[in-house]
Amino acid sequence: MKIGLVIVFALVAGLSTPVPLAAHHTASTLYTQKLVTVKGVVKAWLWSNPHCLLTFDVKGEDGQVVLWRAETQAPNTAYTEGYRANSFKPGDEVTVTMRAAASGGPFGLLAQVVLADGTKFGSIDGGRGRGADAQ
Amino acid sequence: MRFSSWLGLVGSALIFAQTPLAQSGSTATWPEPVPARRAIAEKDKKPAPRRSLVGMWGAMPGNRQATNQSSGVQLKPNNGKPENQLPYTSYGLELYKSHKPLEGADAVPPAATNDPRVRCEPLGLPRHNHYDLGIQIFQDEYKIAMLYQYDNQWRIIWTDGRPLPKLVDGGGVEINGQYREPRWFGYSVGTWVDDYTLDVQTVGTMPEQRVWLDNTGRPISDQLRIRETFRRLDFDTLEWSETIEDPKVYSRSWQTMKLPLMLQDPRTDVMTRYCSPSEVDAYNKAYGDPVSGK
Repeated sequence: MKIGLVIVFALVAGLSTPVPLAAHHTASTLYTQKLVTVKGVVKAWLWSNPHCLLTFDVKGEDGQVVLWRAETQAPNTAYTEGYRANSFKPGDEVTVTMRAAASGGPFGLLAQVVLADGTKFGSIDGGRGRGADAQ
Repeated sequence: MRFSSWLGLVGSALIFAQTPLAQSGSTATWPEPVPARRAIAEKDKKPAPRRSLVGMWGAMPGNRQATNQSSGVQLKPNNGKPENQLPYTSYGLELYKSHKPLEGADAVPPAATNDPRVRCEPLGLPRHNHYDLGIQIFQDEYKIAMLYQYDNQWRIIWTDGRPLPKLVDGGGVEINGQYREPRWFGYSVGTWVDDYTLDVQTVGTMPEQRVWLDNTGRPISDQLRIRETFRRLDFDTLEWSETIEDPKVYSRSWQTMKLPLMLQDPRTDVMTRYCSPSEVDAYNKAYGDPVSGK
């Protein structure tokens, strides 16, 4: 199946709930407030402290494959968002929505991951940062 | 089937019923590894037991972030707002500015932090009260034992009437005329104010070079005095308050948290949340350094 690069931007103001990330890793650091959605193929899923990591290939419209890496919480918190130690395996096709890295590189903070069969992990309006603070 | 065969079957069944495997009759299972109790209706609330904090305690439903406190202590999150500015002494402010935290108003990328937590140094007290909180409490006639989920740490609060040690200039305490060293969790004594309220005081914690107050880099020193109050409001609700006094770092005492906790299923199989140096290294190599531009 041809994997296309799909990018969707959504402003924070359009979300139904305030973004907890605002109080976490503020403007000085890691992530923007914008959501990015891409489709790719899983290379690895690391279920580990301090943060779980999803690594996946994304093929652009130019045919180039870019390796993306996205993090979420530690397992004890990721579990409450539906993630499990065996949620993903190499080869799984995924649609990943995340907070884009401020650096502009292929990194992100997971908001939601959707498998090809429709199984969802996380929430599109959660986008919780480390600590999931809403302060 | 012949009658003799039926007798054989029945006999075998009777013999099997006496085996340990058959007699276990247990329907126990492994519950979900995270606390998940729902809110309790007012009409279903039960009175608090007297002089007991025993139980597994977690966040109130829908309020998980309150027990996380990743952006700073609950009552004073480090979000840059004027009402959350702290009463630093000049030394305290100097200490704060030297800290490069991963969270809060002055957060830095992972590759730039000097938070001792990322080297898996113990958080110590009271920072352990301010991070990824999940606790289990056991007690006997002499003491209360608190088990913290993060890094599987524990502390003891003595309730047998012994006095609070005397805090010594330069760190550490004096007990019975003898010097004792600073400890990650200090020296804690508790007194029941009434049948539902425990007042706890702690001194003798680690010096400012070793510990922070919270994830956002707020400082504390070895002259810290911690006052905690545990109020059992009803059978399922515990209110945990904390005030700190640290004249070396803050010009006055201030309250860090007033946290409601809910009693959880005691069978909950709590997930591990260790800080492993090798896992931190792997994370930094795979993600922390690249995302920081290193």
